[in-house]
Order: sequence, then structure tokens, then C-alpha cells
Amino acid sequence: MDTPRTPVVIPCAAAVAGTRLPPLRIEITCTLIVAAAIASRDYQDVHHDAELARRKGSPDIFMNILTTNGLVGRYVTDHFGPYAVLRRVAIRLGAPNHPGDTMVLTGTVEEVDGDTVTVRVVGENGIGRHVTGTVTVVLPGTDEGTDTDTITGTGTDTDMGTGTGTGTDTVTGTGLDSANLPVRRPG
Amino acid sequence: MSDAVEGAFAARLKAYEGRPAAVAGVGKDRVNAPMIRHWCEAMGDTNPAYTGPDAIAPPTMLQAWTMGGLSGHAGRAEAYDELLGLLDQAGCTSVVATDCEQEYLRPLRPGDEVTFDAVIESVSDRKRTKLGTGYFVTTRMDLRVDGEPVGTHRFRILKYAPARARPGGRRPRPVINRDNAGFWEGVARHRLLIQRCTGCGTLRFPWLPGCNACGCPEWDTVEASGAGTVFSHVVVHHPPFPAFSPPYAVGLIELAEGVRMVGNVIGVPYDKVWIGMPVRLEFARYDDELELPVFRAQDGNGG
Ligand SMILES: [Zn+2]
Repeated sequence: MDTPRTPVVIPCAAAVAGTRLPPLRIEITCTLIVAAAIASRDYQDVHHDAELARRKGSPDIFMNILTTNGLVGRYVTDHFGPYAVLRRVAIRLGAPNHPGDTMVLTGTVEEVDGDTVTVRVVGENGIGRHVTGTVTVVLPGTDEGTDTDTITGTGTDTDMGTGTGTGTDTVTGTGLDSANLPVRRPG
Repeated sequence: MSDAVEGAFAARLKAYEGRPAAVAGVGKDRVNAPMIRHWCEAMGDTNPAYTGPDAIAPPTMLQAWTMGGLSGHAGRAEAYDELLGLLDQAGCTSVVATDCEQEYLRPLRPGDEVTFDAVIESVSDRKRTKLGTGYFVTTRMDLRVDGEPVGTHRFRILKYAPARARPGGRRPRPVINRDNAGFWEGVARHRLLIQRCTGCGTLRFPWLPGCNACGCPEWDTVEASGAGTVFSHVVVHHPPFPAFSPPYAVGLIELAEGVRMVGNVIGVPYDKVWIGMPVRLEFARYDDELELPVFRAQDGNGG
């Protein structure tokens, strides 16, 4: 059976100021630091060469800011789902992320303005506060007709058992309250 | 730096505000699925919006599309290089990114060719930070695709002189004078010499012109056997000095002959030094000119 995937969607109506996002633990390994530095096209030696990092006064290699930025963005979109659209990410770095440490990201919804939600994010590691920042994200709303598709909550399980579920654009009625919820496609 | 020199230097730095940091830059690679996938793998980001035929790039990849990579950018603006060069010359050779603010105006998709311009927004006054003394430099970059704005990226770095482990930092030189020259001549021959009053026989250390016990100015020397114990010690954490890497242990060593002297305790972690710990004299060479007596921890029980 090939049922179209229904991603988790958190409509803006579900976002309330003061809501805490579940924490995300990230083990800081050499592999993470190096792989993410290279994936972000950052070849500064302090992000992959421990000896050169030490010569510059750091006890070991440390995570680059692009990686922190990516992890903070991921933390918020992991929570709000793939239809959430990042509008702004602003971060400030403090205590560096070295291999062997663990960073725990926590977030609190700071403000909800229509379909726009601002989340305050903090990342703590073993030596202190690695990152503080705010992320602004636009969630699938209920008040915009443009640029949205409607989930057709027909309640008819048209895909069930037919084996022809591929290629259909219709998300079949799930029986959830999200039926008839206009959904903003990613982008 | 004196205040006047410092002021003139600050003015030179301020003159870079408003000047370009990048002009008509072009991303080395168009937005593409492989780089998106590598990013998502590294970040552990499984957001389905970043895969499949309608994939967008993770918005936080914005800066990655503008990076020079290993080969760097050919077209970096002179003003920015000049500014960084000026800071290098002032000893601020290290750099760390401190702030990143990005706004995403529309998603980037595979095939998009990103172009960018950047301006030096501000250069701070000289700041003392935990990492060292330096200057914050803030740049703002505008990114476009087909001439249309797609995002902005404000970036702040700290260019600083590292506060510790400064390469080339040398230990301070001893002040050698008529009263203590004999001690340093002994060190040069790997002998630790203790002064002995020829009037009353009292040993004294450090070296002094006369005897504290009887006032007699005449003396000869006794060579220390090298055996000793830690009488007391401190661990230096802060402040850091060139050529010293805190934390490290400084011991007050009681020599077997009964006099005490200050020296580094080596061969043991700084937090494993204990009062009464047996130590043995060694001579450690720190550079071409400087050798010093130090005390190596010996096997012993306790602590
Ligand atoms: Zn005497």
C-alpha cells in the first residue's frame, strides 16, 4: 500500500507565546564539526586541524558559526514541520562547541503575530552558553487564500487498497482536525 | 599602544565603515541538490522540504552559497582585505565569528545562481574579551538571484590578539647582578648553589649580600643534593602570560639542606601536587638562553 505521506503540520493557531519546544541534545563530535564545516564550505583550519587550533589558543577544534546557524534553523523546523518557512535567523555565539561536549538546544515561543512566530533559542554546552538567538518562522495559516492548497478532507479513502497511490496530489482525509486546513507548500 | 597612537589607529579603522567588502560576487556553484544533501546529512536535518523534485535549499545555507571554499574568492573587495591586513599588523591575527543575522526573502532552488555584494557596516572600538583584545567587524551582504533580492546576511567577526599561548612568547629573563651572579653561574653548570655564611655557617637562599643571622658579609657555597619536598604550592589559572600556559603549579620547595626556593613542579598534573610530595631537582631549557631549576615529582604515597 502506498499512502501519501502526511507530514506533521503545526498550524499557527497551535503556537502560543510561552510554549516551550522539546529540547534537542546534540553530541558534539569531531565528525560533526568537520563534516558540517566542509558542507558549509568553511575550510578555516580551526574547524578541522586540532594542532593549528591549539596554536591559536583554542584547546581543540570548534564548531563554525554556519553549523550553529544550521542546527538552530533545523531545531525550529523540526518542531513546526516542513510547511513552516524560515524567515529570519539571528544568532550570537558564546562558549565554543568542542569535540566531546554535548549541546542542548531549548526554545520558547516568544511572540505570535498572525501566522508569524518568533522563537527564542538557547544552546547550552558543558562550558556555558554556546548560542542565543531568535528564529522567525511563518506557519501554514488559516487566513490566506493565496499560495495555499487545500487538503481535501473527503473522508473517502480513495487510495486504500488500490495500489495506485503514487502520483496523486490529494492528501486523503485523515479524520484529523486538520481536514480542510489550507496548507502552505514549502516555498 | 599609547592613547594617541590608539586613537589614530581607531580613526584609520573607522574610515573603512561604508566601504565594500565584496563587489558583484558570484557563487562558485549554483544552488544544487548534492550540496543541499551534504548539508542536510551533516546537520542531521531530515526536513522533506529539502528533498525531492520540488526541493528548496535549507534557508540557513544562505552564506554557504557565497563561500570561497579552499581556493577563495578572486573578487574580494580590496577595502576588506586592507582592513583585515591592518588588524593583522596590529597583532590581531586570530579571527572568530560572533554573530550572524539572516533574513530569507524567498527560497533558493537548485539551478539558482546567487550573486552578492557586501559592505563593511561598522568597526568597533578596541575591546577586551576573554579570547584576547581586538575589534569587532560587521559586514552586511545582500544576495540576489536574477537581480532579485533573495536574502540578507549580517555577519560579525572578532579580529583579536590571542590572550594566551602566543607563539614566540618567551619567559622573562632573570635579573643577574653582583649579588646573585654566582647562583646563575651555578645554574649554567647544572649545579644548584646555596650560600653559606662563613661567619656562623647559616645557609641562605635566595642569595643576599650578607647573613641575616649574624650580619657577616663573607660567604661560600654548598651544592644542593637535589632532593626536596613540596612545602607549599599554588596553581596559576589567571592571568595568562606569554610562554606560560595556565593552569600550572608553582611550588615552594624545601630542599634537603633546609632552605626553600620557588620553582615549577613538573611531571605531574597541576591538580595532583600535594604538600610533602617528594621532588627532585632538574634543569629545564626553555630557549637558547634560558635554563632554570625545576622540580620533578617523585613516586610517593599520599595526597
Ligand atoms: Zn652568619
